Order: sequence, then structure tokens, then C-alpha cells
Amino acid sequence: MPATSLIAYANVEKRFDGGRVVAVDHVSLEVAEGEFLAIVGGSGSGKTTLLRLANRLIEADGGTITVEGEDVRAADPIRLRRRIGYVFQSGGLFPHVSVAGNIGITPQLLGWPAPEIAARVDELLDLVRLERAPYRDRLPHELSGGQRQRVGVARALAAKPRIVLMDEPFGALDPLTRDALGDDYRELHRKLGLTTVMITHDMTEAILLADRIAVMQSGKLLAQGTPAELAASGDAYVGELLRTPRRQAERLNDALPRGGA
Amino acid sequence: MSLLSDPRWGEALAHLPDYLGNHVRVSVTALALGLAVSLPLAILSRNRPVLRGALLGLASIVQTVPGLALLALFYPLLLALAAITLSWFGFAFSAFGFLPAVLALALYSMLPVLRNTITGLNGVDAAILEAAQGVGMTPRQSLVMVELPLALPVMMAGIRTAAVWVIGTATLSTPIGQTSLGNYIFAGLQTQNWVFVLFGCIAAALLALLVDQLLALIESGLRNRSRLRAALGGIGIAALVAATLVPALARSSSSYIVGAKTFAEQYVLSALMAQRLRAAGLTATSREGLGSNVIFDALASGDIDVYVDYSGTLWANQFHRTDIKPRNELLAELKGILAKQNITLSGELGFENAYALVMPRKRAAELGIKSIADLASHTSTMSIAGDYEFFSRPEWAALRNAYGLSFRAQRTMQPDFMYAAVASGEVDVIAGYTSDGLIAKYDLVVLEDPKRAIPPYDAIVLLAPKRAGDEKLKAALQPLLGRIEISAMREANLRAAGNDASSSPDAVARWLWEKVGKR
Repeated sequence: MPATSLIAYANVEKRFDGGRVVAVDHVSLEVAEGEFLAIVGGSGSGKTTLLRLANRLIEADGGTITVEGEDVRAADPIRLRRRIGYVFQSGGLFPHVSVAGNIGITPQLLGWPAPEIAARVDELLDLVRLERAPYRDRLPHELSGGQRQRVGVARALAAKPRIVLMDEPFGALDPLTRDALGDDYRELHRKLGLTTVMITHDMTEAILLADRIAVMQSGKLLAQGTPAELAASGDAYVGELLRTPRRQAERLNDALPRGGA
Repeated sequence: MSLLSDPRWGEALAHLPDYLGNHVRVSVTALALGLAVSLPLAILSRNRPVLRGALLGLASIVQTVPGLALLALFYPLLLALAAITLSWFGFAFSAFGFLPAVLALALYSMLPVLRNTITGLNGVDAAILEAAQGVGMTPRQSLVMVELPLALPVMMAGIRTAAVWVIGTATLSTPIGQTSLGNYIFAGLQTQNWVFVLFGCIAAALLALLVDQLLALIESGLRNRSRLRAALGGIGIAALVAATLVPALARSSSSYIVGAKTFAEQYVLSALMAQRLRAAGLTATSREGLGSNVIFDALASGDIDVYVDYSGTLWANQFHRTDIKPRNELLAELKGILAKQNITLSGELGFENAYALVMPRKRAAELGIKSIADLASHTSTMSIAGDYEFFSRPEWAALRNAYGLSFRAQRTMQPDFMYAAVASGEVDVIAGYTSDGLIAKYDLVVLEDPKRAIPPYDAIVLLAPKRAGDEKLKAALQPLLGRIEISAMREANLRAAGNDASSSPDAVARWLWEKVGKR
């Protein structure tokens, strides 16, 4: 168990529809400072709910969640969200606001002076590898899917959070873009010393990007650990999830001659 | 004479500052009030389905009430309210004209604003709302920074619809005493002045278009974050309002207001009285096209100073009397009743404008009909037409009882069309007016009323309570009393029904004065 955990779920429970549907079933999970954790699971496994409990987009029904040592129930949810970066599925950019406006939104809400916001926006455009001048004033619908998601990442990082939560950030992108963006983000995570929790349904992506992986099914946390630890878990579903990338890798090795492509 | 060189265009243009100014003031105020109420309500109800349903339902119901009726309903409502504030708080307000018009039009504007604002706000993508929450916006920030800007195009479409509706419906506020571009239309319809009708319609349409385009400019400015465009649109609307305020401020409030109901004879008589007042060195303005249910109360509360009514109308409609008395007795008693309300019955003009059963002279002769008594045996195969109120008036019941009339069919018609209808044989008999010039024009005959079922309808001049001791006013109108014979009035009415420049109420009133005043 990590010495300093930045996010800690202890016995957390969340039900919907008046208690009939259990979305998160007594989950305990810790994320250490600087760690990149991927939560993997199918649709309806409760992974997105678990993520949203951390910044109180959803309120827990039971158990305790602490973020940076503070019980989130005691925190003001608005301030909590402003100090945690959040990357939405397919961007979630405000369609009527320019790239610069989208990136600078949280600093603006925090009351930063305008020149400081402008400087920060430029810095972030560099960081996510978008040229400043041509992109700053564009509207989201003028960008490609990959560019939108880069802006989404920049927006999450704008107010210099220590924690970034990502909800299937690369799910809707083509494979090349997805690969490039994943690598770029992994590099940012390392360089900025971030603590990242990423939701994905793609085990290959989780293995390639994350330090540790948590597997969820039907609201329950089935297993957590490094890929090697997961391989040893013995759980049938976890084994099934791990077989897929391995089989893909073997077939790729067979199909593609070395040194080719 | 070609349509464009008709001098009535010039006359219409002369009224434009007054009519347009009033129209803009009442529409813009109503729209502003409607927005001030509907926008917060729509925002408040966006996450409350029950409240939302109730609001939209209520606004839809209001929308189904015809505009004319909605406007007319506000008058008695406010009159009652003014009476309450007078007895409780010691002040009253004018329930006439501006206030009821603004309230009714504001109510009318609510549906499109409510519906489009709610639709626009509900149409914002849930993922965007989540993102707004996720980046740390408070609910208020989410509303102002995300939801309202994204709902804006749909909201503005609603506001523009409301603006066009309000400007169009405001033409119907003339009968409750609010001057508007509707004055052209009401006056034009009554005096067969199609130039006025056309002028009023075109002016209202152009105004609606202009306001719609200014709102579109503001919308595009807000959407594209162009302060210039938004400001230009705002300045345009502000300038429109400011321009219409100038004549209102310049207008003297001490002038006499002469009222007129919604038919040609009334337009001519009010023009005649206004001319007499001006000739006596007084200032006078006309308030024309007032509903007959509105005009008496407007006089009683001092919103107008003088108008002409008919003894039988007051007797039956205002005071709900069903007994029918000889002419002089009725007048004397009416004078007493009016005096109790401090209203002065200044005198009779000299003619009667009574309801009468009228049919073509030739047909009457063929059938040997001279009086209503002769008519009675033919009614089972005949149809009758009357104006909008005739069949619900006590005279109709009295006539049927006295003579045992039972028509095959009865139809309600616009008075102007009634005479042509009976002349062409479309109906057999009409309930016309004895002073109507069309009786002579179409060679019709007024059937006698031997049983005196229809009460006398002397044209009488009434003065508001505050003018009871106004000797200048009385002196100015004195030359008219007892001078206007039925033949002169019929000819005047016939002239007013003409469709050329000499048929404007002002011109006819001058002709009438030439004829009766100088003797």
C-alpha cells in the first residue's frame, strides 16, 4: 500500500434508482501521489461513477473518500472541482467559447488576472502541442477530434492541479491519434508530477499508459495492481481481459515482419 | 384620381407621429414587461417540470383568447381594481388606454418567450452541462456562461415572435382607448377609407419588421460576441423609443379630449365638436374608435371630456332599463340619473339614431309592408341581419314580443356590409340605424314602429364630471345643440361612407357645420 495516497476510497457505496441499482459496491482503493492509475471495466461496471465520486459530481451513499487528505464531504464541491483537473469523454468543450476561453475557464473562475490567464493559455497550447496563433481563437467545431481532446487536456491542466481525472479521454479517436495523444499525456504526467486516474474499457491502453490497473465489474473492484500482479490474480474475468492484448500482440508479431512497416 | 395622388395619404401621414409614437410606446413597454416576467419564470422553471407545465399551459390558454377580447377584458378588471385602491389606499389609476393595453399585450407576449426559453435551456447537451460542473462552475455561472449563451438563438427566436405578435396585436388596443396604428384601421373600416386601412396595416407591418431586424442584430451581436452589432441594435431600439417620446412630452395635457365610438357618425361628430372647440380657442384632441362598453366609463372617470351618446343606448345598456317611455320623459329621467354620477347631459343634437327594421322600398311596396306589424306575417320565410350587438339587446326582445316576430334565420354582420346585403337580397330585413345615409343610397325604407317597441335614441352630448362647470366648453358646443336634423346627419353619414378625399371625418364635419351652423 502506497505511503502517501492522494485519493483514497474506503468502503465506498453508491446506489441509483432509489437504491435498486448498485453502481459502486463497497469499493476501497488508494491512488498514490505521482501514480498513473487506470480503471478498466465494461459498460455499467461502475468505473465512471467511481471517478465522479472523487470530485463530487456524484455524491457517495456510504464510505469515505479523501482527496489530498481531506474528506470530500467536508470540502466545498465547487472549490474541490476547481483544484482537480477533469478530462471529459470526447472533450466536453463549450461550443460557443474559443480554444483560449475553454482552456482558461478554470483560472477565470478562480479569478486570475487576464494577462496571467493569457500567458497560461499559451504555455498550455505549447504543452499539448498546438500552435498558439492559429488555434487560440478557433471555436471547438473548427478542430479535429484529436485537437479537441488536446484542448480538453489543456483545460484540465490550466489551474495547475495535482490530480487529473480522465473519463475515457481517447476512446473516440482514431488509432494513430490515440496512440500519439496517449504518449504525449503520459509524458506530461511524468514531467508535471501529476497524479492521474484514467477510465478506459481498453486493457491494451491501460497496460501501455498506467502504472497500476484497477479492474471493475458490476460495481465491485475485482483486482488491482501492476499488469504483472493482475496476471497472477487468478480471477477469471481479469484473466479474460489480459488475454486479449496478449493475443493481439502475438498475432501482430506473426502478421508483421520485423523491420517492416 | 390615382391611388397615389389621393390627398388622404397626406392626412394619414399627419397622424403618423401620434399614432406611431403611441404604438411604439405601448408595444415596447408591453414587450419589456413580458420579458421581465417570462424570462425569470422560464429560468426558474427549467428544472421544475410541474411549474413548467403549469406556466406553459397558462400561457397557451391566454393565447387562445382572441386579442380583442383579452384587451377588452382588462378594462373592467382594472376599473374594479382602481375602485379598490381608491377605497383602500385613497388613490385611483386610469384603467383606460395605456395600462390595460400594456398588461394585456404583455400577457400575450409570454407564451413564445416562455416556451422558447424553456426549450432552449432544456436543449443544451447534458455533456456540456456536466463539463460546466466539472470545471468548477457554480449553478449560476453555468447558467450565465454556458446555458443562456447556448440557448440564446432559440430564446431570441421566441422574443422576436413575441415582438411581432405584440406589435400586430397592439392595433387592437384602439377600442380600449389606447391610441395606436389601429386607429387608422378602425377609422378606415368604419368610414370606408381604404387608404387609412392600408396605411395602418403597412405602418404596423413595417414597424414589426424593423423591430424584428433590430432584435436580429442584437442576437447576432450577442452570438458572435460583437459588441458593435449588439450596441447598434440596442441603440436602434432606444432611438425608436426616444423618438416616440418627443411628441408625447410636447403634447399639452390641458387639451380637451373628444371621444368617439367605432362608427362613422361618431367620427364625424367628434371631429365636428373638436373643430368647434378649436374655433372657440380651446385645444382639442380626439380619442376615436372606443368600444361602446368603454366610452361611458372613460367619460365618468374623466379620461375623455365629451362625447355623443344616444338616449336609448344609455337607458337600456348602461342603466339596464327595460321599460320604454315617451321621448321627453325618458330624456328627463336620464338627465337625473346621469346627474347622480356628476355627468352633464348638455343637450340633444336634434336627430335620433335609433335601431329600425329596414328593407328595400320596392319589395316592401310589393308585399304591402309599411310597418313592423305588417312585416310580422312574412317573417317565417324571411332572414334578418343585425350588427354585433343587436340580437343581444333588449330592443330585439321587445320587438319580437310586441309584434310576434319569428324570422327563419338571423345573421350578424359588420354594419357597413349590412345595407348592401339587404339591397342585393342576400337578407330580407336588416336592423339598421335611422340616421344612416345608406338608407337613401340603396333606396331602402324604414318600417314604422306603431307599438313603440324601440325606445327613442336621441343623440345627446355628455360632459365629464370635471367639466360640469366648464362654461367655455358649453359655449363652444352650444351652437350644435338642436341643430342637426336627421336629413343632414344622413347626408353627412353618406358622405363619410364615400371612398374619396372629401369623405374624411374632418371634411364631412366641415360640410356639416356649413350646412347646420350658419343658419
